[in-house]
Amino acid sequence: MRDNSYANVMSRKNEIMKQAVGIDYSKYEIEGIAFDYEKMMAEVGYSLEEVTTIQRETSVGNTPLVELKQINKLIKRISPTGKGARIFLKDEAANPSGSFKDRRAAVSVYEAQKHGYKGVIAATSGNYGAAVASQAAKRGLKCIIVQETFDSQGKGQPEIVEKARACEAYGAEVIQLSVGPELFYYFLILLEQTGFFNASLYTPFGIAGVETLGSELNRQMIEKTGKSPDYVVVTHAGGGNLTGTARGLKKAGATQTKIIAASVDLSGLHMASDRDFNRKSFTTGHTGFGIPFATFPDRSDVPRNAARALRYMDRYLLVTQGETFYVTELLAQLEGMQRGPAGNTSLCAAISLARELDADQTVVVQETEYTGAGKCPSAQLSFAGQNGIIVRTGNPEDNLPGTQIVLPCSPRQIHYTEMDMHKIKTSYVKQAVKNYDKTHFSDTEIAFMAQDLNITEQAVQEMLASIK
Amino acid sequence: MSEKAIRGQWVKIHTIILNPSQRAPSVPEDTSKCPLEMWLNGFLDQDEATIGEECVIKTVIGRSVQGTLTQIEPKYEHSFGKPIQELLEIGPKVREFIEQGDSDER
Repeated sequence: MRDNSYANVMSRKNEIMKQAVGIDYSKYEIEGIAFDYEKMMAEVGYSLEEVTTIQRETSVGNTPLVELKQINKLIKRISPTGKGARIFLKDEAANPSGSFKDRRAAVSVYEAQKHGYKGVIAATSGNYGAAVASQAAKRGLKCIIVQETFDSQGKGQPEIVEKARACEAYGAEVIQLSVGPELFYYFLILLEQTGFFNASLYTPFGIAGVETLGSELNRQMIEKTGKSPDYVVVTHAGGGNLTGTARGLKKAGATQTKIIAASVDLSGLHMASDRDFNRKSFTTGHTGFGIPFATFPDRSDVPRNAARALRYMDRYLLVTQGETFYVTELLAQLEGMQRGPAGNTSLCAAISLARELDADQTVVVQETEYTGAGKCPSAQLSFAGQNGIIVRTGNPEDNLPGTQIVLPCSPRQIHYTEMDMHKIKTSYVKQAVKNYDKTHFSDTEIAFMAQDLNITEQAVQEMLASIK
Repeated sequence: MSEKAIRGQWVKIHTIILNPSQRAPSVPEDTSKCPLEMWLNGFLDQDEATIGEECVIKTVIGRSVQGTLTQIEPKYEHSFGKPIQELLEIGPKVREFIEQGDSDER
């Protein structure tokens, strides 16, 4: 009988992971913080063509790109003359399980099947669970999804409960846990006991799967407008959506397209807090994941995270919960598309951004997700009310995560807040100092950080000096 | 709802994965006071069991798992929520705005 104490299981982490993802990450290690990211992506991942073939096998991708004509009319109305860019929406809800996560799951489950694993496991409270369950069903593999679902009162987050229902509908076993990062501990035990494949969100397979989203939307934009999009806005959480989309755009030749991250501002709420758990009205696409994963990507469930958002992120815009609920209504009422909430975070930022851009410019919001019980705004706002959160109409600047959700009175009130990229990149360097427990980094490590942050080595040195 | 489940019936079990004293050092104070709990659905894999009793289930993928029986034929309780006045007003207001503009428009 194995010793399954917390400390003991955690100490077996690398051994368990090697077995469960079939990647020898040590091959890509260089020194300290530095590893060969592109070599890992090239050797372990798949090419765009290969991913497209894999995804076609299980009907993933090729989703419609929709011009939001009514919303664009509204934007023109609230923009200065000559301003008001056109927004296009990539309707990823058209994927088999209802979100872009099918792209990631398709490649991971393919990889699991190819190497003879009998089943797949994913630790996720989001759409990714449904995606893995759906893809596993299509390829005849067993599937376990591990979710953080309930607080200590046994009260479930409706959005997560809905995802459990979806996973069970696709034939997966759904393990539901109370709040806490030790979910990972139990996840390791399950991997060891079952010998299943870890369909992590953060392997090169998962990221390669999203690259087709970038290349597809670029092709569709050229067909519709004659050029690549000027801006692509990506709802940002763990960083895989942004990394994969940006890489796909680059591979497709859209080198001038600006990559804009968007998250719901949940500052002040602690992600591992039992008390705060059900005071969040968004379960993903928020700063609680977006900032930690951008500034320390290797916190994920694999030794080296293939999602490295700061390599590709040009700007990072925050919106409030109230504004995003408002925009979700606009999408339903003006465009006849009931979707979200996840993709609507980026739509919200895009509406605000479009007002500042020239009328001949284009913005792509690159995902939607299926909605329904537990996920739609009335479900989330009813739940917020039950948890003592005030819901009202007013000035969105009065939004206070976990306390007050303020829906705008007018579309004019939708305004993103710009995050300071220099500050975020400095946080990354601070995290490096903390996690590697040193202030002196070798030239190789500095060069790696410069690539990871898309800045010069000189700039990394200056950030290090400012921390010391 | 019957208090007793019979073999093959769809049930929910509960177990404690970590007691408060066994939790990771990094968890916030409020969380560290609670155990890490687990819930799982499956088919009862013994002749019968009563709510609150230890039992064994077979999950949909065939794993045997032991825990305390908490629910018989558990159902999903999440919903579309109640009508939210603030949401209901958005559609009509924004349509009017597109047609006529708002009062502060010059």
